[in-house]
Amino acid sequence: MNQTSKKQGISLKPGSIVDGKWHHNRYYIIKQLGRGAIGSVYLCESNGKKAALKISDKGSSVTMEVNVLKTFQKVQGKPLGPSLLDVDDWIDSLGNRYSFYIMEYLKGKEVSTFIKQHGEEWLGILVIQLLEDLGRLHREGWVFGDLKTDNLIVTYPPARLKWIDVGGTTQIGRSIKEYTEFFDRGYWGMGSRRAEPSYDLFALAMVMIHYYHPIQFTRGKVPKKTLMTKLQATPQLKKYHQCIRNALLGQYNSSEQMRDDLSAMMMKQNDQVRSHQSNTSKIKNPQIKRKDHQSQNKKKEIVHPVFESLGICAVVILFYVFYLILI
Amino acid sequence: MKKGTLKQILLITDGCSNKGEDPSAVAALAAQQGIIVNVIGVLEDNQREDSAGLQEVEEIAMSGEGVSQIVYQKALSQTVQTVTKQAMTQTLQGVVNQELMQILGPNQSLEELPPEQRGEVMEVVEDLGETCDLEVLVLVDTSASMHNKLPTVQEALVDLSVSMNARIGRNRFAIFSFPGKRKDINKVSDWAPKLDSLSSIFPKLSSGGVTPTGPALKEAMYQFGKKSLRRSFMREDEPNIEETGN
Ligand SMILES: Nc1ncnc2c1ncn2[C@@H]1O[C@H](COP(=O)(O)OP(=O)(O)O)[C@@H](O)[C@H]1O
Repeated sequence: MNQTSKKQGISLKPGSIVDGKWHHNRYYIIKQLGRGAIGSVYLCESNGKKAALKISDKGSSVTMEVNVLKTFQKVQGKPLGPSLLDVDDWIDSLGNRYSFYIMEYLKGKEVSTFIKQHGEEWLGILVIQLLEDLGRLHREGWVFGDLKTDNLIVTYPPARLKWIDVGGTTQIGRSIKEYTEFFDRGYWGMGSRRAEPSYDLFALAMVMIHYYHPIQFTRGKVPKKTLMTKLQATPQLKKYHQCIRNALLGQYNSSEQMRDDLSAMMMKQNDQVRSHQSNTSKIKNPQIKRKDHQSQNKKKEIVHPVFESLGICAVVILFYVFYLILI
Repeated sequence: MKKGTLKQILLITDGCSNKGEDPSAVAALAAQQGIIVNVIGVLEDNQREDSAGLQEVEEIAMSGEGVSQIVYQKALSQTVQTVTKQAMTQTLQGVVNQELMQILGPNQSLEELPPEQRGEVMEVVEDLGETCDLEVLVLVDTSASMHNKLPTVQEALVDLSVSMNARIGRNRFAIFSFPGKRKDINKVSDWAPKLDSLSSIFPKLSSGGVTPTGPALKEAMYQFGKKSLRRSFMREDEPNIEETGN
């Protein structure tokens, strides 16, 4: 019962074999994908298929995560989170016992890498996608909990923001199982740690702020003020300002509300940006657009701004419909 | 339906005891009485994690059937609540394990079950952790070297109360510091459902350089009330588990 002395954790070399004690499946370790508080995640192969393997000496934590993943598998429609492929124990050559589970391998990029490569306009779009998934999760009676940049991954194409690490996923009404201070409204003194949809929405707003402040700042003497001042001082977030603010203040009760607000702001913003750009010079916010696209944009600007914004709306709606069909 | 109460002492210290009985022995005694002892060792920013002075931390927690962790100040808040929750799960798992052994035979612990059934058992453990009542007595070392860490400790304790009060079960917290002026420990704030930043002001530091961790732990043990000793969650309340499971 004393797990006090186990501190080292596990480290598997590429080429190692993990044998399931109960289901007798064999997994060949290819490389480590990441390491967290609970255990390590590896890319592995079994029967020619790649998968992700999460292994830990903390059996109970593994079991709790598996429980969450199992409930996700039962939800209709697009899967919430990576699908669960196997759960087992492994006894290493020294007789140590580890628990592990195998899940779908999500090949993708970190959010920041993706946005840096594909353009800042993606931030809002990715967040809208995630709000869609969060909405479904909340309707199923769960809150993601430990929502943070590190627990998000962008798979593409088509680009989609997905969450990994369900260690914090908690039934609505209970206490959040796992959280990270910077993204936790309790830390900022702006709400409880009880699992409710608004808990995730706060964290998601922090994900947006975090993108422009990769070095996390601390709460200071008056946490709420620190946070609001930081938000004010981030011009790149100006267009989402109202939405982020509402999320931080707990004014959205559902993901849908936040999603609707955010998409309204994005469409409005696009109008403004375009008409603004066609009237004055583009030098004012040179960092916003990717260079290669900018030259193309110049040509297009001859089109009347109204048509153009209509066009953008149409594209957004199309995107949306496409997305709905995919679900 | 009556639910059990988990009792924990959370000792926060930065060094070795140097007076009175062996704190590990006292911790073992506490565990015997159904009070878990968790220990957090706080490092100076320039101190190494394997520093010898903090070895005692792990020993006390092991004898106290609790959890220990050695951290830098920066990580204190998060650690305080992880340690508390981990120890709760650990205790509850122990209770459930005992149940299992009674039903399934002496060699059937949770780990021996196939993964499928283990999931169901863990759900019971989680339910219990969410709904049981919890009493935490925080025992803070306020010897000279801890002085500059006390504001962080205070912050961390408020944070602990925020976390625990998000649970469905009820909580009670008390804070004591040691060494006390005349006694072994000094009451900072009495049993209360919640800690807020105003309620706990640590006393001016006591000089002299004595750290009577053992005697302080023993005194802390008595603060749970004489009659409640021996009537802890672990021993007498076992039959509840099946009822709470669904
Ligand atoms: N299904 C997956 N596909 C690809 N990479 C993954 C997957 N699951 C986890 N990872 C990688 O492993 C890292 C650590 O996993 P995580 O579950 O967050 O561990 P912990 O819960 O211990 O923090 C993640 O940040 C991610 O990079």
